[in-house]
Amino acid sequence: MLNSAKDQPTLISLEDVQKWYGAFHALKSISLSVRKGEKIVLCGPSGSGKSTLIRCINALETIEEGKIVVEGQVLDGSTKSVDAIRREVGMVFQSFNLFPHMTVLQNCTLAPMRVRGASHTDAERLARKYLERVRILDQAEKYPAQLSGGQQQRVAIARALCMEPKVMLFDEPTSALDPEMVKEVLDTMIGLARDGMTMICVTHEMGFARQVADRVIFMASGEIVEEAEPEVFFKSPKHQRTKTFLGEILAHH
Amino acid sequence: MGPIGENEFFFLMQGLKWTVLLAIVGFIGGGIFGILIALLRTSKKKLARTITAGYIGVFQGTPLLMQLFVVYYGVALLGIEVNAWIAVAIAFTLHASAFLGEIWRGSIEAVPKGQTEAANALGLHYVSRMKDVILPQALKISMPATIGFLVQLIKGTSLAAIVGFIELTRAGQIISNQTYRPLLVFGIVGAIYFIICWPLSHAGSGLEKRMAKAAR
Repeated sequence: MLNSAKDQPTLISLEDVQKWYGAFHALKSISLSVRKGEKIVLCGPSGSGKSTLIRCINALETIEEGKIVVEGQVLDGSTKSVDAIRREVGMVFQSFNLFPHMTVLQNCTLAPMRVRGASHTDAERLARKYLERVRILDQAEKYPAQLSGGQQQRVAIARALCMEPKVMLFDEPTSALDPEMVKEVLDTMIGLARDGMTMICVTHEMGFARQVADRVIFMASGEIVEEAEPEVFFKSPKHQRTKTFLGEILAHH
Repeated sequence: MGPIGENEFFFLMQGLKWTVLLAIVGFIGGGIFGILIALLRTSKKKLARTITAGYIGVFQGTPLLMQLFVVYYGVALLGIEVNAWIAVAIAFTLHASAFLGEIWRGSIEAVPKGQTEAANALGLHYVSRMKDVILPQALKISMPATIGFLVQLIKGTSLAAIVGFIELTRAGQIISNQTYRPLLVFGIVGAIYFIICWPLSHAGSGLEKRMAKAAR
């Protein structure tokens, strides 16, 4: 653990969250609370609901039952609550989702200008600061298509940081990358973690989990099966499903 | 048979002027309303989608010639005095907005869903999401089809002759009747259409090829 988050206030809480896609029960009674500064790694087989879970937190998906609270703001589906929560929550996607018709710099300045009402100068100063932080400032005038996957993902991280969020959600941020680019993105994420950012990461990068996670949560079939500190989680998983999953994942690495 | 001299050629050019003006008015009017149709067609509100789907269906499912008749005589029946120019401009605007609306609806839906999600996650609202993120990409995707439609529209303006409009085709017909040289006259008229439309078509397919390459 990088810093103790034990005595920090709760930033995100999910209570008994249920979600269905038609007849498919995607999230089954999920309860989870995340303290300020905590780093959580969510893992599990594909289709286990881990991406769905984090997408519910910033209202990219709606929930049928239960309660989600972010920084005291209850997510009730109203535009006001969705806006308030999205201002505090940054997200990084598996497929980067950079805006291809804008330069790196424009990608980073758009939301601060449109959502926070920042001036062009301020937005640009902010963008340069975070591009510098993900070590890609020298590419600021390029278009996403001119960058490698790893560079694009770092820009996506900078773009999210420009909104100065309190929490960052990562949805399999390295899954679409060539192996040689995984490290540069993970290093960026580790840097963020060290600076005390609250993070929820859906990832299969177990080395990353070992290094930065306060808690590792294992999901299967829409349920939280097991959660533990990384030491305990990897050394002595309790459930058979966790053991099987870890066996499969670690065999590949 | 009469000769085709300077006067005849000047008359054709007058016709061409109206053809181009009609196409421009139709394209601009159709473009403005077409964007609106495309946005309503892709909105979350079912009523808006249903109404615009009906609008598109009507204008795509009936001949342009009939649309011209209906607007030209229809407006007159309402007791409003309009000249042919206004009536034809309205008809072309309605026609073009339905077609462009449908083309752009498809382009908006062709922008990857991740773009909307990224915009949402950043907290961007509908107007900014559309104006800054989705529409610029959709417009690029739609370019070949949009140019294709513009070519159709330019040729379609010849139908305005039916309500007494002397555009290029009608001008050709008049000259042909005066000179008894239909083959020569319509050869010239056809060549003029070709000179305008072919570079546009060519640019459209060029764009399409470049985009196909970029998508690889």
